[in-house]
Amino acid sequence: MKPHRRKKLTIIAFIATGLGVAIGLSLYALSNAIDLFFTPSQIAAGEVNNGQRIRIGGMVKEGSVAKSQDSLHVEFITTDYSHDLLVRYDGILPDLFREGQGVVAEGMVANGVFEASRVLAKHDENYMSVEVKAALDAAERDRNLTEMATEGGPSGS
Amino acid sequence: MVPELGQFSLILAFCLAAVLGTIPLIGASTGNRLWIGLARPLATGFFVFLTLCLLVLGYSFVTDDFSVMFVAQHSNSLLPLQYKITAVWGGHEGSFLFWTWMLSGWMLAVCIFSKAMPDDFVARVLSIMGLIGAGYTMFMIATSNPFDRVLPMSPADGADLNSALQDFGFIIHPPSLYMGYVGFSVVFAFAIAALISGRLDSAWARWSRPWANAAWAILTIGIALGSWWAYYELGWGGWWAWDPVENPPMINWLIGTALIHSLAVTEKRGVFKSWTVLLSIMAFAASLLGTFITRSGLLTSVHAFASDPTRGIYILGFLGFVIGGSLLLFAFRAPLMKSEFGFAAVSREVFLLINNIILVVASAAILLGTLYPMVYQAVSGGELISVGPPYFNIVFVPLMSILVIFLGLGSVSRWKKTSLAYLKKQLLVVAIAALVLGLVLPLALTLEFSFGATFATALGLWVVLGILQDIRLKSANKPSLLAGMKSLAVSYYGMQIAHFGFAVILLGSGLTSIYSIEKSVLLSPGQSVELGQYEFLFEGTEHLSGPNFEAERATFQVLRDGAFVRELHPEKRIYTASRTPSTEMAIDAGFTRDLFITLGEERDSGAWSMSLYIKPFVRWVWLGAILMAMGAIVAVTDKRYRRLKTKTLEREAASDKTMQPVSS
Repeated sequence: MKPHRRKKLTIIAFIATGLGVAIGLSLYALSNAIDLFFTPSQIAAGEVNNGQRIRIGGMVKEGSVAKSQDSLHVEFITTDYSHDLLVRYDGILPDLFREGQGVVAEGMVANGVFEASRVLAKHDENYMSVEVKAALDAAERDRNLTEMATEGGPSGS
Repeated sequence: MVPELGQFSLILAFCLAAVLGTIPLIGASTGNRLWIGLARPLATGFFVFLTLCLLVLGYSFVTDDFSVMFVAQHSNSLLPLQYKITAVWGGHEGSFLFWTWMLSGWMLAVCIFSKAMPDDFVARVLSIMGLIGAGYTMFMIATSNPFDRVLPMSPADGADLNSALQDFGFIIHPPSLYMGYVGFSVVFAFAIAALISGRLDSAWARWSRPWANAAWAILTIGIALGSWWAYYELGWGGWWAWDPVENPPMINWLIGTALIHSLAVTEKRGVFKSWTVLLSIMAFAASLLGTFITRSGLLTSVHAFASDPTRGIYILGFLGFVIGGSLLLFAFRAPLMKSEFGFAAVSREVFLLINNIILVVASAAILLGTLYPMVYQAVSGGELISVGPPYFNIVFVPLMSILVIFLGLGSVSRWKKTSLAYLKKQLLVVAIAALVLGLVLPLALTLEFSFGATFATALGLWVVLGILQDIRLKSANKPSLLAGMKSLAVSYYGMQIAHFGFAVILLGSGLTSIYSIEKSVLLSPGQSVELGQYEFLFEGTEHLSGPNFEAERATFQVLRDGAFVRELHPEKRIYTASRTPSTEMAIDAGFTRDLFITLGEERDSGAWSMSLYIKPFVRWVWLGAILMAMGAIVAVTDKRYRRLKTKTLEREAASDKTMQPVSS
């Protein structure tokens, strides 16, 4: 083999190894770091295992926020207007957290209650997160399907 | 009337860019001197009309012209003057105008600082930038015109600027970020011009280098400012969150870092040419992709720019066109890019190659994590996921650690060939010292062993001690250390300052991640809480009226071992126009630690929820970034680049072998 060919081959081997290691590392990391997103309806249907780290999203139900007076503990209900989910949180709520607005939370389900480790709201209050919107759309679709099944005709949505 | 002036200027700017993007390019290929000569005046005109656009928009903000939709959406008559001006880049349309204006500014800079380059080459460079400018201005006119009016039913007052953006950090973060971002389009234009003319020699690399360094330095500052702003304004106590909109500048920065190193090899040794060209294209592609991700609204992010699918599609189309075209050109010209010199398996070239691979791999991994939710959603039929910081940390931290080890090896080794025995002789003592000090220092300061702290300290010291060792070596055969240090090139010091800055970031980010502590509590006035060696005494809150907000301002006494340190005043504001609440952090900044308080909300009992943080060494992250940018700027001022301006032709004839191997 000619010297410059060998050099090229070495370089290619280098790059291939680097890429291989990187892809391996990335895929390993991805498999551990993905947070799946669920809606209150999916959780009500029992699609989530206890203790699995997930994200949830929905609207904060009006009048559902209850704050403890002697600790940081907060409870509120998120809803996709089909099902409700009680969220418990020990921490400070973001500035834009409000009743009747969208919210996204990270944490895990324990006995039908969501124990949040982080609660997120958006910078911009006009902006609805993709996740919250998807949750509401999915719930509405399901409601329409049920209506169609019971009424035997399409409902205007 | 005035906004229409802006509108006309925008259209004129587009026309100028369209002419600039075609005529000089054709002129340079056919040898038409008149057409070549049009490049500089057209580029200057493009700059002038975009400046006019920007001034008109600024004027509309300052005079509260709410008939302009963009002003009505992003300003308010009560907004303080400085924020009315910075609101120009506080939303999508304005920031895009600002972005394009930055591009025209770089074009003007190319006009001014290119006197020594051949006219046809400059014409090509400006022409390519003109094409990009035409694409941007057309995008604005078609989908996001900042001068759109709300007539005849103009609102009486504006909706106000997003409260998180009413802040000093916001005045300076976007301009520097955009300027750095757009700066890479200069390097891209140089690469494409070189491809078109078939002139892929070391002169091209030498011309590109100062531009790449300048763009990289400004991007570094821009990212650091963004991190600093997020740290003190968004109030989660973090300085980097791997947010989908934070990631593209990071990807761009990593590719840019690879590029400035690869350009060094191409200039000095005449190798890696095709790779350098490819990196130039990639760096520019990354900046377009960043725009796409931010504007398309496809990813959930704290940066909620108003988004619109047609904008995303336009940018994606533009991206495809520019990158596809560039790669096609690259493929046609690839046979031209023969390497001139060989190098051995252990040499500075190889270490820089490894540097490049790691940096590109790291940027690819971040890109994967950023786009993965989008891809997953498309493949799985709408299932939503998010990729959190754990992924990015798992991938990024090991890669950067390996990079740092090779940084130490690479900067001591020589071009073409270095013996392993030489490396061992010079660096074994450095490695041992770094390991020992890495073990001892954190242990002595905290009386506790932490693997992470040892690892981070050892890596940081490996770089710092390596730099000192290298300076000592390079001055070894001079009469004194001082004489030796004087004989080293300016660009060499630029490199070492930047590497030192990198070590400082490494130490800062590592140590602050390991040693930061925080606590969230509910306190009534008069109560206090202990955190680490500090005691925070909450004295109470008072009401305060700002120009466009109402606030509750808290007072804290901070004590350390019973001794008074200082008073801190975090605030909770409500902005009058938009009724949005906003948290103003109180920070006691220090070289070795920051104290940080954010207020939550008041409970009925009169108690407040709050978070308290102690963040050791967090300042080092931004200090290191400043040092890195300084290093790059110092390298730009190397007289090598200026001397060449008068002697370009002679240099062309001379061989690259005469170049000093010391400077880099």
